[in-house]
Amino acid sequence: MELNVVDLSRLQFAMTALYHFLFVPLTIGLSVLLATMETVYVMTGREIWKRMVKFWGTLFGINFVLGVATGLTMEFQFGMNWAYFSQYVGDVFGAPLAIEGLMAFFLEATFVGLFFFGWDRLSKRQHLAATWAVALGTNFSALWILIANGWMQNPVGSMFNPDTMRMEVTSFFEVLFNPVAQAKFVHTVSAGYVTAAMFMLGVSAWYMLHGRHIAIAKRSMAIASAFGFASALSVVVLGDESGYEANLNQKMKLATMEAMWETEAAPASFNIVAWPDMEKRENLFAIEVPYVMGLIATRSLTDVIPGIKELVDRSKDRIRQGAIAWEALQEIRANPETVSDDVRETFRQNENSLGYAYLLLPFTDNPMEATTEQVEQAAWSTVPNVFPMFYAFRIMVACGFFFILITSVFFYYSSSGKLDQLRTNRRWLLHVAVWSIPLPWIACEMGWFVAEYGRQPWIIESMLPTSVAHSSLTVTEVLLTLAGFVALYSTLLVVEVALMIKYIRIGPDDGEPAEGQPPEISRPVAGAAPVPAE
Amino acid sequence: MILHELIDYSTLKIIWWVLLGILLIGFAVTDGFDMGVGTLLPFVAETDIERRVVINTIGPTWEGNQVWFILGGGAIFAAWPPLYAISFSGFYLAMFIVLAAMILRPVSFKYRSKRPDPSWRTAWDWALFIGSFVPALVFGVAVGNVLIGVPFKLDLDLRMTYEGSFFGLFSPFSLLCGLLSVSMLVMHGAVWLVMRASGEIAMRARRYGTVAALLGIVLFALGGYLVSSGYVEGYRITSEIDPNMQANPLAKQAVIEGGAWMANYAADPILWAVPGLGFLGLLGTLLLLQTRMEMLIFVFSKWAVVGIIATVGITMFPFILPSSVQPGASLTVWDASSTHRTLFNMLVATVIFLPLILVYTAWVYKVLWGKVDEESIERDNHTAY
Repeated sequence: MELNVVDLSRLQFAMTALYHFLFVPLTIGLSVLLATMETVYVMTGREIWKRMVKFWGTLFGINFVLGVATGLTMEFQFGMNWAYFSQYVGDVFGAPLAIEGLMAFFLEATFVGLFFFGWDRLSKRQHLAATWAVALGTNFSALWILIANGWMQNPVGSMFNPDTMRMEVTSFFEVLFNPVAQAKFVHTVSAGYVTAAMFMLGVSAWYMLHGRHIAIAKRSMAIASAFGFASALSVVVLGDESGYEANLNQKMKLATMEAMWETEAAPASFNIVAWPDMEKRENLFAIEVPYVMGLIATRSLTDVIPGIKELVDRSKDRIRQGAIAWEALQEIRANPETVSDDVRETFRQNENSLGYAYLLLPFTDNPMEATTEQVEQAAWSTVPNVFPMFYAFRIMVACGFFFILITSVFFYYSSSGKLDQLRTNRRWLLHVAVWSIPLPWIACEMGWFVAEYGRQPWIIESMLPTSVAHSSLTVTEVLLTLAGFVALYSTLLVVEVALMIKYIRIGPDDGEPAEGQPPEISRPVAGAAPVPAE
Repeated sequence: MILHELIDYSTLKIIWWVLLGILLIGFAVTDGFDMGVGTLLPFVAETDIERRVVINTIGPTWEGNQVWFILGGGAIFAAWPPLYAISFSGFYLAMFIVLAAMILRPVSFKYRSKRPDPSWRTAWDWALFIGSFVPALVFGVAVGNVLIGVPFKLDLDLRMTYEGSFFGLFSPFSLLCGLLSVSMLVMHGAVWLVMRASGEIAMRARRYGTVAALLGIVLFALGGYLVSSGYVEGYRITSEIDPNMQANPLAKQAVIEGGAWMANYAADPILWAVPGLGFLGLLGTLLLLQTRMEMLIFVFSKWAVVGIIATVGITMFPFILPSSVQPGASLTVWDASSTHRTLFNMLVATVIFLPLILVYTAWVYKVLWGKVDEESIERDNHTAY
């Protein structure tokens, strides 16, 4: 395969975003958990909760900085690698990004300093307010970036203007209250909460297994399982809402998630396992559950879900229509002052399909003269690779249900005061919790993949294909930066994980002996010389 | 909704030009001293405890300061999408270097004290130096290139082709701007250390600050001479341009002309006050660094930064990104902004949030104020970096 700037830029964006998203969910969730624990501390005045906040806060800090560091790239990469996208949609897409800075980044970044350095300089309540400000900031940040992303999936509240050659806002309100963005926000934030809860649960289970920091581990477990259970329910329900929204405006994404090649009679069946084959355009085998798919995606017994082949056929019509818009646009661009009203009218009638004409550009310079074969090729380019979509989605969903299960089990033990039993009779459950620590990250990355890879070939759904959205760069330049980012990020990731493990091994400060436990000083760990806890 | 009609499109364009200036200056004034301190770190502090003192003068607050940079990126995207698209893709490799360097900063602050091992700590000290010095230099070089003009072309679809190369960014004038930027921020950082640290560190910072201020005066004057003498050519719009027009950088004509960058000063001599402010700030800092008036030095140092950056903006107005190969495609305040509606919405958001940000940032600085010295580090050993 020949390397080109578009594919390399996509790879770089995916790589940097996936790395960024290793740190973000934990930041989002842990910030809220920290604020919750500190609230308990301020309300009850019990020192142990403060020590918990400080311990989990240390881990939060190690993770937080990498979220900040990798986030820097995200803010500038649109311009660096996707210049035409930036010019084409900046009027709509730039505003949420800027507001994210104003409303969220300043809040979290300013108060995070007080969170770490303000313990002795602030009253209890002031410090608590600072912690909540950090939590609020990280969550606002998710809101605004998902409003931006939601618009890429469902470009509402905007119109293309041929005179400025870009999409322009017609209603900021619609962009803000885009149902896709709202569903995505709650789904993603809940996923962050689950990530933090599973992390806290797993680390606490590890302490229980090793008989260390029991008092803190039990309290952490109690709060993590309750919070995690509620969030895991929410993440699945809102995931379902996202699927429903996808059926309204991203039917191809839904069809590929389900490997549904043909349109079935309603309500469609759901493929539990399948072997999709892109070449043959069918599933080599599939295990189906009748009705389920139709019910989930349409919430009705009669609405039909179009299959991949039907959607490709629909695309062909839009490509032909788009070509008419494209030709009219060329005339408008060449003579903006003198072009006839007829041409402008032709453009207006077909402008909704303009993006589809761009799909022809990899195959021909003039969409109006496209052959049937070229239209066929362009129409099939609207189908993302089905196999990874199908399985990424299933892995994510399976993880989601597993999180509900495990958090509910721990919630049962903690709410009935039986956590101590786990140390003696049900040690395997603690082992499960420890080994489950990586799962939320896997689920989050899969979710990102389904949402963003599933949007392809569009950078803006049905409006602008990724293949024309890139910058004027050379393959060498993008290869250089891609290699640079991979090297830099991987090094930092290794350092981060090593520090996390080191500080988990050192463990929290247990303070005075509590609950009949012998006083526990951190176990000697290689290299654990007295170092600043923060 | 016609709420946005409350303010003229052309007025909004000017407001956003000013706001962007404020954002960039906010970045240079606040994160500027962080970068200066980071650049000075290996030189003003020798022992580990001294280095911790230096780092902790900015440790709790640098993160908020850096947001000015991120917000600058977001605001340029929202207010001037073509500027965002063309500058960051045109300066692609330079931008990568800036990002890679800046990525090292948060990590260095946080991870340095996590292990006692001296080689670990020294490595992060140098990472912090790179993360501070490199962006300071590249930002200056980039501004130099913007003044000279950037080799980009726009076709009818407003797709940009960039005809320059990474090494083409380094001309004598752009390097001069890079050095000016480094001197200015090192001076600013040195003044910060004089104010927040004490003893040996403050003494050394005074010396570095003095040299940097002197260099700043020389370089700013030399840069000014090169621009006013026409060695660095300016740009001039030669066709009619309607300040209320829809964004379309291709609708005008412009030429490259020696001395054109002086047109605004000729038309409005009061504008000389802006570079004057830069010189006054530099000179005041230079003199006051020899005294004990620590807070006052910082005021002058701030005004130096404000004056120098504002000078660039005023000199180029209404240009924001001139094209050296297709001057007509240059981006200006009038023809490269977002829509009337977006500019208005963004203004509303800014009017709500910017004052809030200033208030709580000031409060946080107040809470964390005070000299940092070796005793305070020992005392707060567990919370300090």
